[in-house]
Amino acid sequence: MAQALLTAQSLFCERDDRILFDQLQLTVSEGEIWQVEGRNGSGKTTLLSILCGLSSHYEGELYWRGEPMDEVREQFLSELLYIGHQTGVSAMLTAEENLHWQCALHPSLDASRAQQALESVGLKGFEDVPAHQLSAGQKRRIALAKLYMSRAKLWILDEPFTAIDKIGVAAKEALMVEHIRAGGSVIMTTHQDLSAEIPLHTINVEHFASSQREWS
Amino acid sequence: MSSTLQLFKQTFRRDLTLAFRRKSELVNPLIFFLIVASLFPIGVSPEPNFLSQLAPGLVWVAALLATLLSMETLFKSDYEDGSLEQLLLSPQPVFLVVLSKVLAHWLLSGLALTLVAPLLGVMLFLPSEGMPGLMLSLLLGTPTLSLIGAIGAALTVGLRRGGVLISLLVLPLYIPVLIFGSSAVQAAVTGLPLDGYLALLGAMLALALALAPIAAGAALRISVSG
Repeated sequence: MAQALLTAQSLFCERDDRILFDQLQLTVSEGEIWQVEGRNGSGKTTLLSILCGLSSHYEGELYWRGEPMDEVREQFLSELLYIGHQTGVSAMLTAEENLHWQCALHPSLDASRAQQALESVGLKGFEDVPAHQLSAGQKRRIALAKLYMSRAKLWILDEPFTAIDKIGVAAKEALMVEHIRAGGSVIMTTHQDLSAEIPLHTINVEHFASSQREWS
Repeated sequence: MSSTLQLFKQTFRRDLTLAFRRKSELVNPLIFFLIVASLFPIGVSPEPNFLSQLAPGLVWVAALLATLLSMETLFKSDYEDGSLEQLLLSPQPVFLVVLSKVLAHWLLSGLALTLVAPLLGVMLFLPSEGMPGLMLSLLLGTPTLSLIGAIGAALTVGLRRGGVLISLLVLPLYIPVLIFGSSAVQAAVTGLPLDGYLALLGAMLALALALAPIAAGAALRISVSG
């Protein structure tokens, strides 16, 4: 029986008088990949930012390894890798400088693997180029390089494959499979079809949307 | 502990690098500072006696406005590119990163203003006895302005047009610094002891140093959460 990492109980979130989801239950255990589904604007990003603790506009309980989130927040953060819709890559810094600061922020990233990670995402030779001179896909690859450096248990990825080419996506999928084999887990949103070989759990946010939507 | 210090240093270096790559933002407060001080003699009166009376307050007001003007950019680009989310999800204490960012920001705004202030003093016929008072009061006062400004910047970073709101939020808190700062210069000019004013400015700095980074960190959480 794999250990439950992140548990969400009866989550409720309302935005602009619209109930995004109500009574949402989610248990993410070791070795699982969860894909959050839903149409644009259905609250996928909101759910992810609640799960990682960026947003406090919710009701309900969150548990990390069975303990209430408030009590083990620091522990949780040290085992979390989050790549948001905004990737956290500064346009004025080079790929190397960006990763360097990320490593200082997150001790779970292995700074010694930065070079190798940039190579793995195909940015070899671009280490010293300011990110604003790179293409959208390359910029995202800087953020995705963190996946290769991460020792974090839980990955929360919001649309990680936007602007990434097919070969890149396949490589990240393989990396995720490797991650869950090592006992990690992933929560992600994506509109792309993932390879069928990935053992995928899905949760659709819209199923938890209140049937009678309240409009003011 | 060492990783915490490491983060402080890294953030400091990162922010300096960023500032030097955005040259216009770097020189904006300084140019503003110089323009205000050089327009006054033209607009009001070039009379040396009159200007030397005005100088202490004028330099201080110009420094305050220049700092205020530069505050908005403190967290803006980090908010827009998602660096702020990464920062808030770090297991390291947020106030430390805020402190590091403010320090980098102050070096390039407040300290730079302090260093060019004597030039303005000369332009405005500030008596030479007033110079030490001017430098010392700015040296103690501008970091307080940066620290308080960081709270305002953190609170308004999520808003489309936060500039005006920052001014409204932090100006009341800037007033005591302005009063004691310009009084210190005034006292130096008339040959009165400075100690009291500097002690008060130092006390305000100590208070801001202890509280502002924590308040700004909490404000960032609110801004990102909204």
